[in-house]
Amino acid sequence: MCTTILNRAAIEGSGKGQNGWFKISGVNVSYDHPYHSPLEHAMTIDFVNEGEGPGARVAVELSLESARHLVKCVEGVLAQADAGGYQDEIAGGGR
Amino acid sequence: MYTTDQYEGMLAETVTIQGHNGDTINAYYARPTGAGPFPGMVLIHHMPGWDEWYRESTRKFAHHGYASISPNLYFRAGHGTVDDVTAKVRSAGGVADDQVVGDVVGAMQFLRSLPNSNGKIGVFGTCSGGRHTFLTVCRAKGFDAAVECWGGGVAAAKEDLTPQRPVAPIDYTKDLCCPLIGIFGNDDKNPTPDQVNRHEEELKKAGKTYEFHRYDGAGHGFFYYDRPSYRQEQAVDSWKKIFPFLEKHLKG
Repeated sequence: MCTTILNRAAIEGSGKGQNGWFKISGVNVSYDHPYHSPLEHAMTIDFVNEGEGPGARVAVELSLESARHLVKCVEGVLAQADAGGYQDEIAGGGR
Repeated sequence: MYTTDQYEGMLAETVTIQGHNGDTINAYYARPTGAGPFPGMVLIHHMPGWDEWYRESTRKFAHHGYASISPNLYFRAGHGTVDDVTAKVRSAGGVADDQVVGDVVGAMQFLRSLPNSNGKIGVFGTCSGGRHTFLTVCRAKGFDAAVECWGGGVAAAKEDLTPQRPVAPIDYTKDLCCPLIGIFGNDDKNPTPDQVNRHEEELKKAGKTYEFHRYDGAGHGFFYYDRPSYRQEQAVDSWKKIFPFLEKHLKG
């Protein structure tokens, strides 16, 4: 890797990859050379399940500006969810 | 120099070789047909992976008369599309320097064992592969020429060292085993022109045989025709520097 800038976290959820939906067990966030985006470096965010092999991945490559917008967007929704008292919902229910 | 009355042929395929610690890994191998003897080239792929550009470049070197091989440095991460495998390696902080050196040495030994080898082997790499090129020809013997293209991190600061990359390759300069050609863009941020200066100072200090070519109007990755970083004029000129260098040291 060229920059070696990397942050990882264990998270839970589902993602839709090339073979359909799969269980997500982690997210890898890095700032390095992208594969597709026409930038020298990009914020790459990979939602993965490493137990299911390299293909279990939902990927995005963002500019730094876009990544900052994304963070604000997520924080905004989290704040509304918290304010609405939704934070204690039980996974798997409701729909 | 190619002339239109010459016969030309090439074989290219995936093979398996013995890499670091005797591990079996796969590699893309392209070689001219004919009796030879042929010099060899090992191509060290870049951070974005063992991709189509590296396959094409492996064939390019074969077209120029070299038995050429590009080992899959990400083999141990499993298989999938190139970008998925690369993402897995990226999430682990990249591949370890020791492992890369072992894999590249394995590729070099594969080429040297060929019955039609002329016994001379060079190595080429871009980006992280440029760094790995310089690292390998300092850490291992058996190479006769090296082509380092914008090796990011050769002159890495202490705070940028990682468990996978525990030593800045510049610290091994005194052990460089073969002539080196370096290709750099003056707009690059990794390596910066200042880092290239330091790299060159160390080579001079150690009395090594090298030539550096630095290009204005080019940044990082200016050979990649499929990326916005491509710089046609500078890339074409660089190839015109690289092939005569290799001819001198590997075919002479």
